[in-house]
Amino acid sequence: MKPYTMDFDVKARDFSSAGESSSKFRKTLLMLSIPSDIVRRASIAAYEAEMNIVIHSYGGKMHFEIYKDKIVIVAEDTGPGIKDLELAMKEGYSTAPKEVIEMGFGAGMGLPNMKRNADTMEIVNHDESGTKIVMTINF
Amino acid sequence: MYFHSVTLDKDRCKGCTNCIKRCPTEAIRVRDGKAKIIKEKCIDCGECVRVCPYHAKVVVTDDIGMMENYKYKIALPAPSLYGQFKDMTIGDILASLQSCGFDEVFEVAYAADIVSYITRDVVKTKDYKRPIISSACPAIVRLIQQRFPSLMDNILNIMPPVEVAGKIARDEAKKKTGLKDEEIGVFFVSPCAAKVTSVKNPIGIEKSYIDGVFSMRDVYSMILDKRKFTEKKIEHISSMIGVGWANAGGESYGTSLENCLFVDGIQNVIGVLEDIELGKLDDIDFFEGLACVGGCVGGPLTVANNFVARNRIIKLKEKLNKDASIKKYIEVDFHEFMLNVKLKKSDVLNLDEDIDKAIDMMKSIDEIYKSLPGLDCGSCGSPGCRALAEDIVKGFASEYDCIFKLKDRIKILAEEINKLSIKIPPVIGSDKEVKP
Ligand SMILES: Nc1ncnc2c1ncn2[C@@H]1O[C@H](COP(=O)(O)OP(=O)(O)O)[C@@H](O)[C@H]1O
Ligand code: SF4
Ligand code: SF4
Ligand SMILES: [Mg+2]
Repeated sequence: MKPYTMDFDVKARDFSSAGESSSKFRKTLLMLSIPSDIVRRASIAAYEAEMNIVIHSYGGKMHFEIYKDKIVIVAEDTGPGIKDLELAMKEGYSTAPKEVIEMGFGAGMGLPNMKRNADTMEIVNHDESGTKIVMTINF
Repeated sequence: MYFHSVTLDKDRCKGCTNCIKRCPTEAIRVRDGKAKIIKEKCIDCGECVRVCPYHAKVVVTDDIGMMENYKYKIALPAPSLYGQFKDMTIGDILASLQSCGFDEVFEVAYAADIVSYITRDVVKTKDYKRPIISSACPAIVRLIQQRFPSLMDNILNIMPPVEVAGKIARDEAKKKTGLKDEEIGVFFVSPCAAKVTSVKNPIGIEKSYIDGVFSMRDVYSMILDKRKFTEKKIEHISSMIGVGWANAGGESYGTSLENCLFVDGIQNVIGVLEDIELGKLDDIDFFEGLACVGGCVGGPLTVANNFVARNRIIKLKEKLNKDASIKKYIEVDFHEFMLNVKLKKSDVLNLDEDIDKAIDMMKSIDEIYKSLPGLDCGSCGSPGCRALAEDIVKGFASEYDCIFKLKDRIKILAEEINKLSIKIPPVIGSDKEVKP
């Protein structure tokens, strides 16, 4: 069976619509009878990935695939990439600029939270051309 | 099966579609020129009651006359009642209320003092997921069952003050009078539509301790009538904490927890619940979400302006004791005041319980949605184009309920008719030469 897919463009630094694609994705999961704990985990993983595109990238897109027994989340942007991946995966590490931190973001918990809530997380690319992260959640 | 206090007065409804867009759970449609409430989706928050310009949404409460069926009658005034009157003390209000035909008045504000006490205790002893979410507003609890099922475990499992009041008042009256359970009538004077519903369809308990719910509006005028003739005051026993529950933030204050967040207005609450689910508010200990602006003083059955009532409550509180004396109730095992029926998730949002089938339906919804104009005008009777697409796939609506779709279709048909009308059937004579 073909999955149900959703695609969204995510603009850099557009905080007024930040989080919208994850929110629509979440509502869709509820309508598709996905178990509530999976809804929660998938929403967190999607939200953090989307916010990273908004905060750290030049813009990108979110792609979702929903199957009977798994969810695939793909976050892809056009750069500048993650320079030190090992450091970026550490809790509390953030390069978010001051004005973004003042808005309540940049706690350095996004990537660790994505890893914790997804069953698999693959960083397909993180060089200057952009970051691409693929996460799956099975149920 | 589903009882709802929020209902439609058909004769008054003009089908204007004002309410369908303001319903936070998209539970209303206009069909055949009249608003229809989808029972499974309605959480009785009262938003549509407030927005309808024709007052066609009514909150069904019990008839005051039902009191006559009981030998001993107890009134349970909600704390918000104290904010409804211009220059009456709490003692005056309680005395006038009692003289409306009750044998006894038991303050829900006092039960709120007890609930606050128990809350302070259980948050110390029991491990709750943070933030702990208040169970006091039934509209919000139902919203969570529907839209935030993963947060059901965060809900504080203490009975709301009105049920605690009902239980204590009933038990004491039984002891005092020797009457049987069914001879004692316990009546809640309510600002709230959702609480009318939760008495008939209890949340978290087997059976409500309340026999009837009277609208604060009905009781308000009775109190004003009785006021002149009532001399003796009733000593009120609630403290500033219990009375404070009338306003948003009152329950939070009573928890004595350091990091509380209270939010009023149902749309605001939805936004914060999303943040809670995303784990963005894990540093908060207690979350109090109230459907009505201002809290229960803004309930759909109140009389006074909610901002005025809120100020009155603040003024009244200043004169009250910091604590109520509630020892005798909490010395007994307060476990009888806990919720004991597990909350169930609602699956009203699910397109189909079979995920593959639901996915198919979702794809059809997308197809139809793409063909709609995307104006979200509501003229089709659904709250927006997406909702119409959903209604069509579920079989409750047709593509031509969209007036733009209908117009296009009519245009095509008209052109067709026009083309056909030029054609002249052969049997209708003309002078044309007949060629072989
Ligand atoms: N899409 C991205 N593009 C560029 N850098 C990124 C991206 N996502 C994460 N990073 C880098 O990884 C760091 C850690 O990310 P995260 O754990 O989400 O914390 P935060 O977003 O709070 O800084 C970020 O501060 C940033 O330097
Ligand atoms: S707001 Fe709703 S209930 Fe009131 S008249 Fe309009 S359609 Fe009818
Ligand atoms: S805020 Fe109070 S009055 Fe309004 S729905 Fe909730 S409990 Fe009822
Ligand atoms: Mg981040």
